[in-house]
Amino acid sequence: MRWGILTGVVLASLVTTAAYAQSAAPIKLADVAELSGGGATAGNNWKNGIDLAVEEVNAKGGILGHRIEVTHADTQSNPGVARAQAQKALDDEPYALLGPGFSGSVKVVAPLAAEAGIAEIMGGEAAELTQGGNKFLFRTSFGQQSSMPKVAKYINDEIKAKSVAVVWVNNDFGRGGRDAVTREFGRYGIKVAADLSTEAGQADFAADVSKVKAASPDAVFIYLNEDESARILKELRRQGVTVPLIGETTLVGQKVVELAGEAANGARGHVGLTTDAPVDLVRAFREKFVKKYNYIPDHNGIKGYLAIYMIKAATEKMGKPDSKMLASSLHGLTIKAANEPGILMDMTIDQNGDIDRQGFLVEIVNGKQVVKQVLPKLN
Amino acid sequence: MSNLLDLVVAGLATGAIYALIAVGFTLLWQASQTINFAQGEFVMLPAFLMLAVMHAGAPFWLAILAGIVLSMLLLGLGFKMLLVDPMLRHGVLPLAIATMALAVGIKEAVKKFFGAEASPFPSIVPAGDIAIFGRMVSLQSIGVLVVAILAVIGLTFLLNRTAIGRQMQATAQNPAAARIVGIPVERMILLTFLINGFLVALASLLVTPIYLAKFSSGEALGQAAFIAAIVGGFNQVRGAIAGGLLIGVADNLAAAYVSTQYRAAVPMILLIVIILFRPQGLLGRAEERTV
Repeated sequence: MRWGILTGVVLASLVTTAAYAQSAAPIKLADVAELSGGGATAGNNWKNGIDLAVEEVNAKGGILGHRIEVTHADTQSNPGVARAQAQKALDDEPYALLGPGFSGSVKVVAPLAAEAGIAEIMGGEAAELTQGGNKFLFRTSFGQQSSMPKVAKYINDEIKAKSVAVVWVNNDFGRGGRDAVTREFGRYGIKVAADLSTEAGQADFAADVSKVKAASPDAVFIYLNEDESARILKELRRQGVTVPLIGETTLVGQKVVELAGEAANGARGHVGLTTDAPVDLVRAFREKFVKKYNYIPDHNGIKGYLAIYMIKAATEKMGKPDSKMLASSLHGLTIKAANEPGILMDMTIDQNGDIDRQGFLVEIVNGKQVVKQVLPKLN
Repeated sequence: MSNLLDLVVAGLATGAIYALIAVGFTLLWQASQTINFAQGEFVMLPAFLMLAVMHAGAPFWLAILAGIVLSMLLLGLGFKMLLVDPMLRHGVLPLAIATMALAVGIKEAVKKFFGAEASPFPSIVPAGDIAIFGRMVSLQSIGVLVVAILAVIGLTFLLNRTAIGRQMQATAQNPAAARIVGIPVERMILLTFLINGFLVALASLLVTPIYLAKFSSGEALGQAAFIAAIVGGFNQVRGAIAGGLLIGVADNLAAAYVSTQYRAAVPMILLIVIILFRPQGLLGRAEERTV
């Protein structure tokens, strides 16, 4: 009799354990990011932001009791490698795909995720990414179609520039930004005094800056990746260009300030996300990030962090993890920071996967980002 | 026209760095028939060695000194003993391929230990401009140019005006004959590798404030210097210098006056034209080999 009770208890505990293990199966996320190559600054910030959020969520019991497990694969900032890495990651049937950050890589990865029916939450900003009807692709930051009108309006209303030199990096990201901003300049009657394409990884900007000077613009719009932004800022300072230098997030990021040093002072830009935002939750995020990684993150760190909390909010909305329904759950979702502090600022995801959130106009002053204007959420 | 001086000076400064690296190509080729495809990574690495010494708390000057010494030991002595000597007996091609593998190894190791992100690097030349012919020219460009020219003059003096230099030249021209007349050929070859270690450390010190310390920064440098060495003449130090300066200036002028989009093609076009019409390079000497 005693043996019977004991056997019963053991069996019951085994069944319970198995059932619990089943219900608490981990949520597996696959990150495919630029961990080396030209996009390494962005990719490593993105990865660290993801890891920080995963650690936090798991420490609080995971998503609906499910722990998050994340794997990171390196695209080497190369679209071909990104596609191969994404395919490998999708073969393991993740709950969601995270990344990449480079728009060119997103373009080749997105069809794979859509075909697999897996939601892809990425860092790319090229306008075209979310305009092709892909129902599985989601941004973590503004696309160029959202940010460039604000930049052009600022250049017209505040700088009052009549002619602008546009310096852009010759890849999908740069070309998309250049096309979007020149279209907006056309609406305001702003003349493009010089249209200069540069190469990713370019080191010497003497000739480009020389052309900028020759064009005598009222302002320079710079749309390059972080390393190149730092190099051109140094060269612009060296050649004595004094007109306003305007850009987007990649011109006024923390890494650019670190690399360009004093030459970054005075650079201005529209940023969708900045760790200097006058928002308590963003400041708290920054402190946690600095404590864990010992450096100040740029906007990509925030993007990676938000990607995890977007998945958390959408999953909680469904009531259970369901990778096939995750994309539908994200569409039209409004996440309030009051309910989910990890989202940092109120956010709405539209039917294209684009987001609406407040933005900022910042200037580098004494090596620090100073928020000059807060642009409110539209809806 | 007003910007021409800026462009030429900046191009000469960049070209002088290419020249330092290209000289290393020609020295190693002449001394031991080594084509070092890791030469760009050899320029990238000393900057990280210097940064590591600085992070350990040493002042910049000490980090420079340590970086140069470490570079001569690792990229001069170590390179020769651990890779060139064992591989060279199997022929020039296996050695060239081994240096390609070394390039990948160095890049990956730096990425692993120092991270994939770019780091700022202090400049030995202060920021600011000086007036030349009424135009403000960057002190940094002038400084880079002066240091590189001094290094080249020093090297030329060593090669042409000292007994060791003449022994090195004799070793490069005919090692068998040099050995017969009592020249310590092995020591001369080692010295050449040590000089290359010094030159790449110097190039690293000059170029990294501009290019930033990044594991991948050697790729473009190595390629540009290799082209410079071929354009100038792979078997002549003065050819490598001329090739470096020419590539630096041509690149800048092409970007300014032709097209920024096609600037990368200009050195390649130059290379093709030189190979077609003067295969030994601008200042190189034609070599005939028995088959």
